[in-house]
Amino acid sequence: MKIHEYQAKNLLKSYSIPIPKGTIVKNKKDAISIWEDMKGIPLVVKAQIHSGGRGKAGGVKIVNTKEELVDYVSTLIGTVLYTEQTGKDGMPVECVLVEEALKFKKELYLGFTIDRARACITMLVSSEGGVEIEKIASQSPEKVMIEHIEPLLGLRDFQITRALLLTNIDSKYLRKLSSISKSLYRLFIEKDCSLAEINPLVITEDDEIVAVDAKINFDDNALFRHPEILSLRDYTQENHLEVEAAKYNLNYIKLKGNVGCMVNGAGLAMATMDLIKLVGAEPANFLDVGDGATSQMVKEGFKILLLDKDVKVIFINIFGGILRCDTLARGIVEAAYELQVELPIVIRLEGTNVEEGKRILTESGLSLITAKDMGEAALKVAGALGLTS
Amino acid sequence: MSILVDKNTRVLVQGITGNEGAFHTRQMIEYGTNIVAGVTPGKGGGFFEGIPIFNTVSEAKKRMEIDATAIFVPPPFAADAILEAVESGIKIIVCLTEGIPTLDMLTVFHYVKSKDAVLIGPNTPGIISPGKCKIGVMAGYIHKEGSIGIISRSGTLTYEVVYQLSIRGIGQSTCIGIGGDPIVGLKYVDLLKMFEKDDDTELVVIIGEIGGTAEEEAAYYYKKNKKKPVVAFIAGVTAPSGRRMGHAGAIITGGKGDATTKIKTLEEAGITVVKNPAEIWQAVMDAKYKKY
Repeated sequence: MKIHEYQAKNLLKSYSIPIPKGTIVKNKKDAISIWEDMKGIPLVVKAQIHSGGRGKAGGVKIVNTKEELVDYVSTLIGTVLYTEQTGKDGMPVECVLVEEALKFKKELYLGFTIDRARACITMLVSSEGGVEIEKIASQSPEKVMIEHIEPLLGLRDFQITRALLLTNIDSKYLRKLSSISKSLYRLFIEKDCSLAEINPLVITEDDEIVAVDAKINFDDNALFRHPEILSLRDYTQENHLEVEAAKYNLNYIKLKGNVGCMVNGAGLAMATMDLIKLVGAEPANFLDVGDGATSQMVKEGFKILLLDKDVKVIFINIFGGILRCDTLARGIVEAAYELQVELPIVIRLEGTNVEEGKRILTESGLSLITAKDMGEAALKVAGALGLTS
Repeated sequence: MSILVDKNTRVLVQGITGNEGAFHTRQMIEYGTNIVAGVTPGKGGGFFEGIPIFNTVSEAKKRMEIDATAIFVPPPFAADAILEAVESGIKIIVCLTEGIPTLDMLTVFHYVKSKDAVLIGPNTPGIISPGKCKIGVMAGYIHKEGSIGIISRSGTLTYEVVYQLSIRGIGQSTCIGIGGDPIVGLKYVDLLKMFEKDDDTELVVIIGEIGGTAEEEAAYYYKKNKKKPVVAFIAGVTAPSGRRMGHAGAIITGGKGDATTKIKTLEEAGITVVKNPAEIWQAVMDAKYKKY
């Protein structure tokens, strides 16, 4: 799960990590009142969306006057921001963060994430923080110090010292940085994060160390023990069909093409997408009903597929393991009648109770395009789209 | 004719009276798995389908001979269930539970290793040596006894591949789902090593996914220790970067773990990578009848 920058900063603050003075602003009135509170110092306005690349997309600006502030806040709120990472749909700006524009002499990077191969938490530190950190990490990886943390030992002082000194940070900042590193690590553990990064972590002209931007993601599997984190979830930042699907335990992801896919299991779903692409078509989505789907879930899945106006052909590729093919077939027939589906449906069923499933489909009177295996099914999808291969 | 489990494997089921546990225990018995005991705290002394239930794993271990355990415990308690099994001295642990917090698994992973136990999963369909032993939730009937070893990260895609092979008369020695979570026990490399030592496995199929670097690690190992032919498929070539494609833990970050890199690394190691998921059986046939 993702949260906004301001929420991440509030969390940092609760772990004693210094953040710039500021507040969240939702309208003109809020903007005026913060201008007065901050006594006219230069402020920075930052659009709050669940995406990076805001600066380049015009979502971050320094303002020097009250008019500038009010103007910018009113143009941002209620608009949709398109960044390199949001895709063509963009993301709605519901609120902005307004805070003091700090003058700093150095930008650092500090982050924690999980190293899957080593099965441990990893600390990353660099003295070259800022917007270009990803470029630096891929082009000059030696500039990013990595410390692997033994799960049974936790983060140790020597590791922090080693990482900080190796990245050429003046040792006079060691004590403060070390305390921030420990706090961020503690937050990572206590809140079940999958990513916690401060970028940039700046050294101000007064030699203070402050988190100017932060990104914190959480492990979805651990949200059951963090109601306080779950309450930070902002549905306006998520695709509404994805949210709808999740209500029924379905996994839906919107893609660019026009073939609506209903599949069970993430691996098979991805393989199906790949297959569609091989025959020259493009998947419109990824809809995983899981291996334990009920006919109700199949029906809801169908509804979601139909709500997506890009879908021109529906492709059902199911391998029934625990999910029985007859259960699935009943769900499809029911949904197709109830929703009066007019789009061509290509269907390939295999696995548990497949004979019964096929009988239900044949006797349903629906005009379904059936296929004996995945390969044939994909060709029929291409055919239904009028693609010649 | 198999690795890790066979017809002599005596299996414990943790969470035997829960919905999932009960259903799959019946399925496993029907398949012929030798289930010798179950654990559900508070239900010790009772029986499930004639199998004795114990309150704790250590009690079950004291009273019965146990080689392996199948864990069907809900996510908040599953990590603890694995630790309990390891601490009691069980050496093969199959954790079917989906949705265990990642941080819980970090400690578990290292503890399992320190005790010379092996963990399959979590979030796996399990392990099956066709005709001998099934510890998991896969549909038993699609499998066929034979000489192909299968290692996979996904569930239904594995069924698809197994089925493609079985209907053409190509059987399997052992099929293992390593699990779709970010942190899992045994990985491709560990299992590849086991298959290489198994005289009756002649070819190994690796079914991978985007995300992580487990497939690459297998490729590096294989490059240096080529013994048996390996055929691989990587799902998710067309997946958009940065999106988590389902609970399978398939996520691409910063160019690492994307399909193109994986395929290239595998091919460079001498592994046949199949592009079309509908034709995996064909590649297996080709490799099987080609002399190495």
